[in-house]
Amino acid sequence: MSTPAAVGALGVSPPVAARLRRLARWRRRLRALGASRPAAVGLGIIVVWVGLAILAPAIAPYAPNANDLAALAHPTPSRAHWLGTDQLGRDLLSRILWGARPVLVIAPLAVLGAAALGSLLGLTAGYYGRWVGVVITRAGDIVLSFPVIILYMIILAHFGSSAWNIIGVLTLTKAPIIARIVRGMTIDLREREYVAAAKMRGESALYIMLVEILPNARGPLIVDMCLRTGYNVIIIGVLGFLGIGLPPPDPDWGGMVKDTYGMMMVWPHMSLVPCAAISSLVVGFNLLAVGLRELGLRD
Amino acid sequence: MTDAPLLEVQGLQVTYTTRAGEVPVIPGLSLSLAAGEALGLVGESGCGKSTVALSIVRYLGRAGRITGGRIVFEGRELTTLGDAELRAIRGRRIAMVYQDPMASLNPVMTVGRQLMEVPMTHEGVGAAAARARAIAMLGEVKLADPAAVMERYPHQLSGGQQQRIVIAMALIAGPALLIMDEPTTGLDVTVEAAVLDLVRELRHRHRSAILFISHNLGSVVRVCDRVGLMYRGEIVEEGSVRQIFTNPRHPYTRGLLDCLPTLGRDKRHSPLVPIPGQVESAIARPAGCGFARRCPHVEAGRCTAHPIGAVTVADEAGHRVACVRADELPRWTRRHDAAAATEPAAAGEPVIAAHHLTKTYEPRRRRRRFGAARPPVRALTDVDLAAARRQTLAIVGESGCGKSTLAKVLSGIEVATAGGVTLDGVEVGALSVDARSRALRRKLQMVFQNPDSTLNPSHTVGYAIGRALRQLQGRRPGDLAAGVARLLEAVHLSPALAARKPRHLSGGEKQRVAIARALAGDPDVIVADEPVSALDVSVQAAVINLLNELQATRGATLIFISHDLAVVRYLADHVAVMYLGAIAEFGPVERVFAPPYHPYTEALLSAVPVPDPDHVGARILLEGPVPRADEALGGCPFATRCPRRLGAVCDDTPPPVQRLAADHRIACHIPAAELRRLQAPLVEPPAAGR
Repeated sequence: MSTPAAVGALGVSPPVAARLRRLARWRRRLRALGASRPAAVGLGIIVVWVGLAILAPAIAPYAPNANDLAALAHPTPSRAHWLGTDQLGRDLLSRILWGARPVLVIAPLAVLGAAALGSLLGLTAGYYGRWVGVVITRAGDIVLSFPVIILYMIILAHFGSSAWNIIGVLTLTKAPIIARIVRGMTIDLREREYVAAAKMRGESALYIMLVEILPNARGPLIVDMCLRTGYNVIIIGVLGFLGIGLPPPDPDWGGMVKDTYGMMMVWPHMSLVPCAAISSLVVGFNLLAVGLRELGLRD
Repeated sequence: MTDAPLLEVQGLQVTYTTRAGEVPVIPGLSLSLAAGEALGLVGESGCGKSTVALSIVRYLGRAGRITGGRIVFEGRELTTLGDAELRAIRGRRIAMVYQDPMASLNPVMTVGRQLMEVPMTHEGVGAAAARARAIAMLGEVKLADPAAVMERYPHQLSGGQQQRIVIAMALIAGPALLIMDEPTTGLDVTVEAAVLDLVRELRHRHRSAILFISHNLGSVVRVCDRVGLMYRGEIVEEGSVRQIFTNPRHPYTRGLLDCLPTLGRDKRHSPLVPIPGQVESAIARPAGCGFARRCPHVEAGRCTAHPIGAVTVADEAGHRVACVRADELPRWTRRHDAAAATEPAAAGEPVIAAHHLTKTYEPRRRRRRFGAARPPVRALTDVDLAAARRQTLAIVGESGCGKSTLAKVLSGIEVATAGGVTLDGVEVGALSVDARSRALRRKLQMVFQNPDSTLNPSHTVGYAIGRALRQLQGRRPGDLAAGVARLLEAVHLSPALAARKPRHLSGGEKQRVAIARALAGDPDVIVADEPVSALDVSVQAAVINLLNELQATRGATLIFISHDLAVVRYLADHVAVMYLGAIAEFGPVERVFAPPYHPYTEALLSAVPVPDPDHVGARILLEGPVPRADEALGGCPFATRCPRRLGAVCDDTPPPVQRLAADHRIACHIPAAELRRLQAPLVEPPAAGR
């Protein structure tokens, strides 16, 4: 609490003071994140990937789809191609860098979508209970009981594969899981006295759900969103591998594995490199989730 | 062993490692306990009472460390003892009883197995012998049918029964020292009285010494020989129960006694005097007296310069006090200000009234798969009461008696099943709070029990109060700040608190904010559901005074729900005593607290722990089962436990409501004249004073 007091003492105008306070709060949060080693490492991995993805046009040594026919004879890592090339002579490093971009957009967007939809469903189910809760939970259970990969194949085959459709599919299939978590917390939180106090002053159900309940469910929700972003990275890889990911020729980590796994015996690096990229990003999100949970328990 | 004390703690220092750094929670504490003696440790929360108890058995956890001093138990130094030797002492020579019995019992083992384990592990006794001892011990803690109780799981027992099991587990090994940390805090007053009597009796039979930690002076008097008052990790005064209660020398002790509501105090004759401020953090310890900043007798320089050592009070052996001004202060008397007695507020038209109010809950599934339909659960049956403007109506009873349901129905969180509620002439019994108009909503607001859940942890204080202003008064978002500041000042809080989140507030501050929020609509009726029961006595006194003051200045009616009869005696104008959803007795407070009593009122009053060593009150112990709320009741709901039960008529016929005065009524078969003949007064009228 020392920072706001210091700000007040300096005599800064209120809006500036508010902004400074917000800044100080973020700095404190970031420092708190450093207190957990898993969180720090996880965040580090993610930040590195995000940085590489943003800078891909500047730092990638080659265009992602440029074929270096000369390298075809020796596609293994070399001075010219640090991670080697694939079966078409495309530079793997450049493709990995470029390939990070769609993953890092689609995975978090899909999680945000799932969190928004899932929170709404979960809040409604938990707050109203009774038949509303039953209908929503059962509907979610039906979605969850489907073999997801087959579900993805059906939907994407029908609507065609594009970034937006992948986001839609992931949102739809992940929302019930988030809804389940939020519903559980809502059932607990709706009995709190501050919810009764809100009812006493005549707040609407929507206000109570969004303003009184949801903010207090955010801790576990954020941890779960982090984990689920990691899972989404895997699923996007799987979709690429199955050939229903992003359309070629633009690089996509899953697609890169699909194109090259036939050559596993001869040139394993062609599929191992994108696999490693996927794993590292997933590990990053998982570590961040572990760290956040640890920090959440500590307070 | 005759001269050496059983337990001797010398210069104990305990430090906690926190984010703020090393905190010396106990800066150097000494106490001693003779074999068979009972010492009470009393103080507000955060005074280090439990830390002392945990240090003795070395259960401080990872954050806490003993950094100095000695703890000698039966001639052995405990601070340096190895783990294996400690284990041999814990449970066998030193046993502990904690506040929450459910947390001390293993939910997946029968009570019998858990009891048998103690002698089997500590003494290598065989199963048959252990079983016999366990059954005998259950008999000693006065559980009916010990053999049957052995086969039960903890969740099948009531809170009072569970705590008896925990006490049995502690005593079965015959420990030389029993440490009890708030053993009766979560229990109903009638159950608490029975458990305290049991502890007192067992203590003499088993010759165990007891270290009894409590925030309740009344229960300490019942169990202990000596009392130590703790403040900020130090014992500031220590002496026999009689010495402490008749001649308290330390201002802290006096402060605690002054803010304690008792059955002999009411708001008009002897106002509570809260201790100003709150327990300060142990991080920055002052050079002098730790209590100086809250002390009304502080003298700059003398009190604050040097550490205060304990001195023995003249002519009182064993009475030690750590205060430089102890000799100078006049002898303490209970504050009693007959001159200041205010006239009772004149009873006017009722603002809120319930007529034949009934609330039942339908069971989840209407029909069992086989067999008859399940009966509905009765929460309230035919409740009739009324509260006039500017008056305080208290509703008392044990947990499960329907007090909170009544609050919910009055406030519209729940809707009445039958009967009605009138609020300022408008029938609202069937109107849930969403169906009430804004004008109706602002007439009645609630204050809740739990300070930790009454405010949304995600919102600032200013937002919480501002939102109430907006919703109840229709204020624009732009001009809330002034209103928020005004309300915070009304509850004696700094307007600067508006920017804080609840986690930065103490329990008392949170409850004040909750009161400010309830005041936002300038209500005619405030329903307060146990608003002070989670607070320390010193804070409780301040909040009670605040409620009183607000009632006087704003002219609101207060419906005060409580299980604490001393608080009710202090605060109320009218009292409704509830048992199992029905009103047993209703009337003005001075009539309800004087004979003739309803037998249930009589039992409740007799159970209240009185912080006075000279008090000799015959305790009425309630035995017998409480009927289930879904059983059909033929007669009086209290008949199964009533010590004055007449006979079959009580079981078969609903009790008649006897009107003893215009507004005093008792639901009992025994004629009032007969009750008056049988009963002795249990409470001195406040005007008599002591």
